[in-house]
Amino acid sequence: MTGQLESVLRRGDFALTAETTPPDAGTAAPVVARVACLKGLADAVNVTDGAGARAHMSALAAAAVLAKNGIEPVMQMTLRDRNRLALQADLMGAGALDVRNILCLRGDDVTAGDQPEAKAVFDIDTLTLVRTARAMRDDGLLPAGRKVEPRLRMFIGVADTPLEPKPGWRPDGLLAKLAAGADFVQTQYCFDVGLLRRYLAALADHGVPDNVFLIIGIGPIASARAARWMNDNLFGVSVPAPIVERLEKAADPRAESIRICVELMQEIAEIPGVAGAHLMAPRAEEAIAEAIDASGLLSRRKAA
Amino acid sequence: MYAVRLWSVRNARLLERVYDLFEPALVRLHPLLRRIGYDRLEKPMEVVERSVKGLLFDCQMCGRCALSSTGMSCPMNCPKSLRNGPCGGVRLNGHCEVKPEMKCVWVQAWEGSRRMDEGDKILECQKPVDHSLKGTSAWLRRTRELVEPAAEPVKKAAS
Amino acid sequence: MSPDHLLDPGAPLPLLPGHSSRGRLERVLRSGKFAVTAELNPPDSADPREVYERALVLSEVCDAINATDASGANTHMSSVGICSLLTRAGYAVVMQISCRDRNRIAIQGDVLGAAAMGVANILCLTGDGVQAGDQPGAKPVFDLDSTSLLETIRTMRDEKRFLSGRKITVPPPVFIGAAANPFVPPYDYRALHMGKKIAAGAQFIQTQYCYDVPRLREFMARSRDLGLAEKCFILVGVGPLASGKAARWMRAHVPGIHIPDDVIKRLEGAENQKREGKQLCIDLIQEIREIEGVSGVHVMAYRQEEIVSEVITASGIMRDRQARSQGRRVGKEKATL
Repeated sequence: MTGQLESVLRRGDFALTAETTPPDAGTAAPVVARVACLKGLADAVNVTDGAGARAHMSALAAAAVLAKNGIEPVMQMTLRDRNRLALQADLMGAGALDVRNILCLRGDDVTAGDQPEAKAVFDIDTLTLVRTARAMRDDGLLPAGRKVEPRLRMFIGVADTPLEPKPGWRPDGLLAKLAAGADFVQTQYCFDVGLLRRYLAALADHGVPDNVFLIIGIGPIASARAARWMNDNLFGVSVPAPIVERLEKAADPRAESIRICVELMQEIAEIPGVAGAHLMAPRAEEAIAEAIDASGLLSRRKAA
Repeated sequence: MYAVRLWSVRNARLLERVYDLFEPALVRLHPLLRRIGYDRLEKPMEVVERSVKGLLFDCQMCGRCALSSTGMSCPMNCPKSLRNGPCGGVRLNGHCEVKPEMKCVWVQAWEGSRRMDEGDKILECQKPVDHSLKGTSAWLRRTRELVEPAAEPVKKAAS
Repeated sequence: MSPDHLLDPGAPLPLLPGHSSRGRLERVLRSGKFAVTAELNPPDSADPREVYERALVLSEVCDAINATDASGANTHMSSVGICSLLTRAGYAVVMQISCRDRNRIAIQGDVLGAAAMGVANILCLTGDGVQAGDQPGAKPVFDLDSTSLLETIRTMRDEKRFLSGRKITVPPPVFIGAAANPFVPPYDYRALHMGKKIAAGAQFIQTQYCYDVPRLREFMARSRDLGLAEKCFILVGVGPLASGKAARWMRAHVPGIHIPDDVIKRLEGAENQKREGKQLCIDLIQEIREIEGVSGVHVMAYRQEEIVSEVITASGIMRDRQARSQGRRVGKEKATL
């Protein structure tokens, strides 16, 4: 077992992961300060890597700090900023610094961020990164054939976006990622449970095994305006109108957002094929902690 | 072409003088250029620039021309695309670490700069390349910068 | 409060006025002492134990250890990774950042990450070409070069912002260095080029291997004329040669390293070439330390860390201070293992 995330998933409990962005600071304290509220609540916390094509403290350093402070990290690795040499070097660094989970994803284009002058790298794609990590773990080999000793211990994740399945659509992307060696999947936000059910059914129809660890993205949406922004700007995300309305009408939008999140968490926990929830809320880690606590999902677990 | 760009470095002073006439001429043409429209001129100017500078310097159309500050030796021909070369790997015969058959672009740049009147521009620290400008006309950009310093730079349209 | 020499070499010191970092190297240099740095080549594996073993030998005899960053373009553990391990174990490190594999977004992230890990010194390098390594198909990035990298880190530290203008809440307190190679063409530009790097933010320089002392003297004279030796601490690169044959090989195959004929003759004429190579290094250090403007040496010996230790001890340059207390194990590497 690489760590808590893998243990929880393999024994069939509903996993709870959260997400944080590394700080804009050259010191370790703010990394822990932001997510201290999640200790004991989230099984693992994702550390984003240049999210939105903006520089922050590196994911590797932030993940290492969390690991050292008793919070299990999932180090995100995007392909935009580093070539294969740097990615392999960071995998080795992660291994040595007790980072045991990674999430491989493409990353936003440089034009999305505040440094559009930067050179986009994209030396290798997600599948190659997944295969590389898997070979370093299972075969103890680098792509060039050199040995990695001790072998990398890593639980490898990939990203996915639940979409309304259209006729003729196949989940080729996801199938390829699973074939390359992905161990778990974390998805983009999905607030529409009906859509989620249809998506899962479509996956099953197209040969995605039902024991794949699918961790569905949700989170407390701060306000109706935030919900509308997400609908307009985030690909594949649609916050259903009833939820937007509830937020609009709420006397205390924050409390309502947590309530909505808890309801969603409890609902998707009942869906077979959903292995966990991945809670994202920019700069609102406290809200995530409250949601996990209020959901009661931890108390349903089998003895650890 | 390699042989031609070596010639350009040998004749850096001549090219400096030519450019010293060319740049102000473009600036004087600004009212006409503005009337035609800089956006409309962008594509044809790119073609001209690519042909002329491509022949003389093996120009890579980085959009941020620094030839006057690099002794007429285009830094984008350096395999490490150094804007402030040379690196420490220059071979003893003055050739490139990465491409041994090629003379080091920055050894060339230094030689060219010594021939130019304002060759000491090579001592200025060059900013990193703005990759969003790739393929655009540096001549037009420079003209606009001189005439309208506050104007928004022309970026390559997203394709 | 423990006396300085009982602290781990990498333990953060109070930030003195006029200093940029909390590190030992800057203290030693600014106090006028002759500094010694050494290089650690990371193991091919990801094994922290090997890293610690190599570091332990070096830490007795130098003020800071350079952790190279995929030098020769072969993948090893990333510099941030190695430096994190080493700083946690109490060593003083110089983190090397190369421009070859990461763009400016990743590099700025690594700088903050390094500072969070307690790294006090960063060396800004261009990087070897990818063709030199075992994955020549890798895409060379070179978004920044060493000069713009220097400027980037200085901006982050002194102006507390990223290149984009966005604020940094806690700036990285780092001592910034660059490399110089006076021993290859264009010779008469090399001092001026170093001047550019100093203008961009370099506070210390480590040079490539010096086997040609006359050439070094010329370079140092020019540097002094330009006023550079006052603005910056220059550490000259030295290293033992295993044999005349090894020297010939390096000269022919490693771009950037120049070994004059008389050095090779000296080695080939010796009874025990390895011992002669070591003695040569000691002699060079003695000669170099007398040159005005030189602030220290940077000792590099590929896979011969034990020899580095012998050379430094024999040359006597560390006699005026203790790198670390005799018999005291550095930091907590026992617990980490």
